[in-house]
Parts: sequence; C-alpha cells; structure tokens
Amino acid sequence: MHIVVCIKQVPDSAQIRVHPVTNTIMRQGVPTIINPYDLFALEEALRLRDAHGGEVTVLTMGPPMAEDALRKALTYGADRAVLLTDRYFAGSDTLATSFALSQAIAKVGETFGMPDIVFTGKQTIDGDTAQVGPGIAKRLDLLQLTYVAKIASIDLDAHEITVERRSEGGMQMLKSRLPCLITMLEGTNEIRRGSLDDALRAARSQIVKWSAADAGIEDLTKCGLRGSPTVVKRVFAPTSRAEKAAQIDTTDKSLRDLADDLIAAIFTRQPALEQELAVDGGA
Amino acid sequence: MTAEKFDAIVIGAGMSGNAAAYTMASRGMKVLQLERGEYPGSKNVQGAIMYADMLEKIIPDFREDAPLERHPVEQRFWMMDNTSHTGMHYRSDDFNEAKPNRYTIIRAQFDKWFSRKVREAGATVLCETTVTELAHDTNGKVIGVRTDRAGDIIFADVVVLAEGVNGLLGTRAGLREMPKPETVALAVKEMHFLPEEVIGERFGLKGNEGCVIEAAGTISRGMTGLAFLYTNRESISLGIGCLVSDFASTMESPYALLEAFKRHPSVRPLIAGSEVKEYAAHLIPEGGYKAIPQLFGDGWLVVGDAAQLNNAVHREGSNLAMTSGRIAGEAIFHVNSRRNPMTKENLALYKTMLDNSFVVKDLKKYKDMPALLHTNSCNFFMTYPQLISQAAQNFLRVDGTPKIEKEKATTAAFIKARSRWGMVSDVVRLAFAWR
Repeated sequence: MHIVVCIKQVPDSAQIRVHPVTNTIMRQGVPTIINPYDLFALEEALRLRDAHGGEVTVLTMGPPMAEDALRKALTYGADRAVLLTDRYFAGSDTLATSFALSQAIAKVGETFGMPDIVFTGKQTIDGDTAQVGPGIAKRLDLLQLTYVAKIASIDLDAHEITVERRSEGGMQMLKSRLPCLITMLEGTNEIRRGSLDDALRAARSQIVKWSAADAGIEDLTKCGLRGSPTVVKRVFAPTSRAEKAAQIDTTDKSLRDLADDLIAAIFTRQPALEQELAVDGGA
Repeated sequence: MTAEKFDAIVIGAGMSGNAAAYTMASRGMKVLQLERGEYPGSKNVQGAIMYADMLEKIIPDFREDAPLERHPVEQRFWMMDNTSHTGMHYRSDDFNEAKPNRYTIIRAQFDKWFSRKVREAGATVLCETTVTELAHDTNGKVIGVRTDRAGDIIFADVVVLAEGVNGLLGTRAGLREMPKPETVALAVKEMHFLPEEVIGERFGLKGNEGCVIEAAGTISRGMTGLAFLYTNRESISLGIGCLVSDFASTMESPYALLEAFKRHPSVRPLIAGSEVKEYAAHLIPEGGYKAIPQLFGDGWLVVGDAAQLNNAVHREGSNLAMTSGRIAGEAIFHVNSRRNPMTKENLALYKTMLDNSFVVKDLKKYKDMPALLHTNSCNFFMTYPQLISQAAQNFLRVDGTPKIEKEKATTAAFIKARSRWGMVSDVVRLAFAWR
C-alpha cells in the first residue's frame, strides 16, 4: 500500500500577532510547526502502514525552509519526503495550491507507485479554508472522505475503506472504494515519537526536491500568484469581547449567600430574566 | 537494524557541543550529536555576546553567513542605587573595524546556524533526543549512550558531555557533583522588541553599531548579582542574575528584581514602548576555577558550562565553552588519528591543552573572586554603590555648602558605613582576588 500525506509548514498560530498599526501579521521570530491537523493524518497513515505494510510518502509545497517540516515527518517515521518548491508557486491561494499538489501527487504516483490513499489535514491553521484537500480530490478524480474522525477498517483485497465521519448531526459510517482522499480531523490519535532508527534515517536521508518542471507542471499560469484569483482585501485583528466572566468571591461565605451572590450577578447582566422570573413567581 | 558505532558522540548542541562536533566532523571523524531541544538554541537563554576570536579558530569565515546582530562600540558599566547610576562609559570608533572583536547575537538563531555548519561538516545531528544514560562496559569505561527514543545503545569510542550547567547525565553517572547553590547564578532575561531606528537613536548608534550596559548595585538588593542590557538589531535583551544561594537566603524572586530593574529611572526610557516577546530563566556557573570538576575519564570528557567553565568576573562563558569544545575535539582527533584507545590516560591530553589555554589561565587568575564577592556581597552590591552615588550627587549639587564641608561629609559617610579598616580590607582583598 502506498499512502501520500500532504503536510504544510505553518507559523505557530499560538505565537502570532497582528501589528497594532499596520494590521499585518507579525511573523518575525515566530517558530514554524507542521500544521497540527496534518499530524493526525500522518499518524493515521503510519498506523495503516504498520498494520498492512507499504510506504508513506509525505509531500509539501513551500519555500526551501519547509524541508525542516519534512525532515520532522521523516523522524516520526515516514518513509520518503518530497518538497515541491519553486518561485512560480509563490503567492498561491487554495486553487493554485491544489492544482500544484495534485500534479505533484500524480508525479509521485508515477515515480514511487500509485497511491491508494491521499491524506490531508482537515484544514491548515493559518489559512483555515479546508479547501485544498477537496480541491486535490476533485482534480485527481479521487473519492473524497472529509472530516474523518477515525479509520474503522480497511480491506485491501476488496479495495475498500470504512471510516467514521463527523457531521453536524452526529457520526456517519462511510464505506468507500480505494483509491480515495481523506481529510483528517483532530483528536483521533497522537503523533508517535519516532524510534532512534527513524531519527537517524531522517537526519541522513535526502529530501526529494522538485521544481514545477520536475513535477511535470506545464501550465504555469495556474500556479502561484498568477493562478490565484483570491485577493486579500483587508487584514484586521478582531477586538476581544469587552465582557469578561464575572468572578464571585467564595471565601467565608455560606452556600445560601453564595447562591444569592450568583443570582444577583446573573440578574445584573440579564435584567430581563429577573423581571420574567418575578412575573412567573408572582403568578 | 544492527547497532551502529560512531567515533564520537556529543551530547548537547550549544556552543561547546557544536564546537566539539564541528572540530571532529570537519576532520573526517564519524560524529553523532544529540540535542534534547526542538532545535539547537531552543533551550538557550544567553544574553548574548559572542567573541569573534574564539569562533574564528573554529570557523574562520563565520562573518559571511552567521546571524550577527550588532558589534558593540560602547560599553557602559553602571553602579546603581535606587534612583541613580554612576557610570563608566567606554566608546571607541576603533571598534568599527573590518572584523569586529565581538557581536551581540540571538542564540536561538545563532545556534541554528552553528548546527547547520556542524551538519555540513558531516556530523549526524538528532534533535528532540534526550540522552537518558551513559552506557558502560564491565570496566566502567563509557562505551555509548541510551536515549529516550526506542532503540538500542548507540556505541561510540568517546562521549563528549556538553550538556550545560545543570547537566543531569554527568551528575547521575557520578562523573561530577551537582553544582552548589553558591556556585551557580540564576539569571532571568527578557527580549524587548523595538524598531531598528529607535534603538539607533536611543543609544546613539548608526548601522550595526551596538551598545552594552552592565550594571550592579542596589538592584540586586544586597545579593551577588549583575544586570545587563544588550542591543540587538531590532530588540534589546535585558536581564539580571544573582547567586542561587542568595536568592534562597533572601527569599527575593528573580522576576521582581527584573521588574525593578526595568522600572529604574535610568533603564525605563531605554526600553519605553517596546514589546516584550520572551521571558526566560537559566543557571550560570559562577564557581570559577575551584568549581571545575574532573574533566575526563575512560571514554568521556566534559566541556563548556557542564565543566563550569565560565568567567564570572569578565562575564565570559560562551567563548570558554567554544574553546573547550574545540580543544576537546582536537584532543580526541589527536588520539583517534593515532588509533589509540580513548582511555583516561590518553584523554588527559584535553586537560593539558585546556590548562595551557586562556580558559584555565583566566579562571585561575580569579580563583578567589567568587568566594570574596559571595561573602561580602552586601558591601559590594549595596553599601558601596549607595556611597558612591551619594558622593557623586554631593559633588554635583551646588547649594552654598562650602566644598570642604561637602568633602568631609562624603568621607564621613564612607567611614561610618565601612570604617577605615573595613575599607582598607575590602580594597586589599579585592586586589588580591583580582591579581
């Protein structure tokens, strides 16, 4: 079985801030991480490989420094890493990104064997669109299983996979033919700590680096800024809500007093509720 | 996978570890370096000032691509009381040379660069890998390490311990004792971000010129300590450190000292309007010559902070670390190239070479200083700074008091605080410790 996992190197959003005057994102000194959703996808792929054999290839599109993210993925235990990097890709939106990645996945298939499953994270934490996974599926004509919480079972002989998909109403059990594309949700697993052998192999292995031409991409007008119809009109930092949680002092108070304080605090915020209850109480 | 063997394993990817790994790998040895942090420098807190000479001896053309911040052209030393500072400033255009003598650096970036050089030299570097144990043979010789990753012992002819000031590995293995509270300082540091031009204006700097302030006095509240403020390109590193034993006995908290230092009227305008990005704390070895542990044994040697190689008087640490790492690498290469075993006898070469370098010579010169400053901390860090500040103010304030009376008042204040004999004794002891 060959599994391709698409990952993205993103700035650690917990440490990012918006400049108060210029409203631009301050990336200076912000460390990069592998998009957390992609790690759930990677771990799921590694588990499938460990149980059923085969190989896991990680793929990313990004600047040369994205190599760090790939090397880390190798340390977790991935078998091969491919970096798609070219100045033609700069400024890609989700349309251009899914185009470039789908072409690269096709090339990965040609070079290292056709993938049975392509994994992506549900979305990235810097773009938050959740569009790239489905975009790749559409372009490669793969069946797509989005918002997958768990791989229930896989039958390689029958070319079938069964997954749990989280939806608004509850959980769906979906069965699909392989090959397919899966976008993975959070919280399903925890990325493993690679063994010493994995770490040594990762430190020594060569990352496969492909330019647009290497990946067989001919139509450069679909890449990067030229292939990206999305325009960022404005960036702003949302102001935090002024209202804060009220705190009630609990020291040296009886339960009754505490309850009274609590009710008083609620009524201060919701005067309408007090009137409503008073009417009900009177009736 | 069959067990793999290396010529040398280096534990830690700070200054000393990188220097050792680079020295050996660039001479063709098969080197594995293990770092517990997410990346080299991720655990580092140093100020930091980097001295060019010691790095030139390892990577001569480092200026071409190393991430250097500013080269200091001005050094200020401040004696502080609560509202004033008495300063000694040295500024020279001579520091604007083609190859400056020292630079401010940000270790997180610098160490990444250094580590890249180590990898380019051919070493294998694993991060997020903690060495949990040294592996010994039946004779007690160190033959490799175990890590917190699943897998066997990794074997090596020699293990270089560059694990930092409170390296648990060496102390657990009984190679040296835990540093004592009176021989380590606890330093806290913040990074304050300001636009490059603002830093230039506030400190009177152009281009990559930098300014360094080091301050002692009542800011350490009678404890043996030092505060610092270094200019980087777009940030200011500032912090304060005091002996751990002093923190323990005074019950002062490091962050409170740092807050007070930042609020001091001499410091506040320098960092006004800045954005704080990082708060970090670390230990610094301060024991000097007398705290240096056994430096080598069968199959191992220890370098840098782990070996307590830090010159507290001159605030030099990373250059001693780099130099000890380089010398360790050279000594190991010497033994390796003659195909000799890495025994205690053969590795003694490291100590001989280190003794002949500035590292041990400098530490020897100040061997009595740590004890003197520790026992007399209140005089040196509280009484004298206050007296000097009062004397300066007395001298400058013109209020109709005859000068002769002013001088008498100043002299009387000194005698009252320390007595004639006390002052003579302080001067003599300081002079002896300095000698």
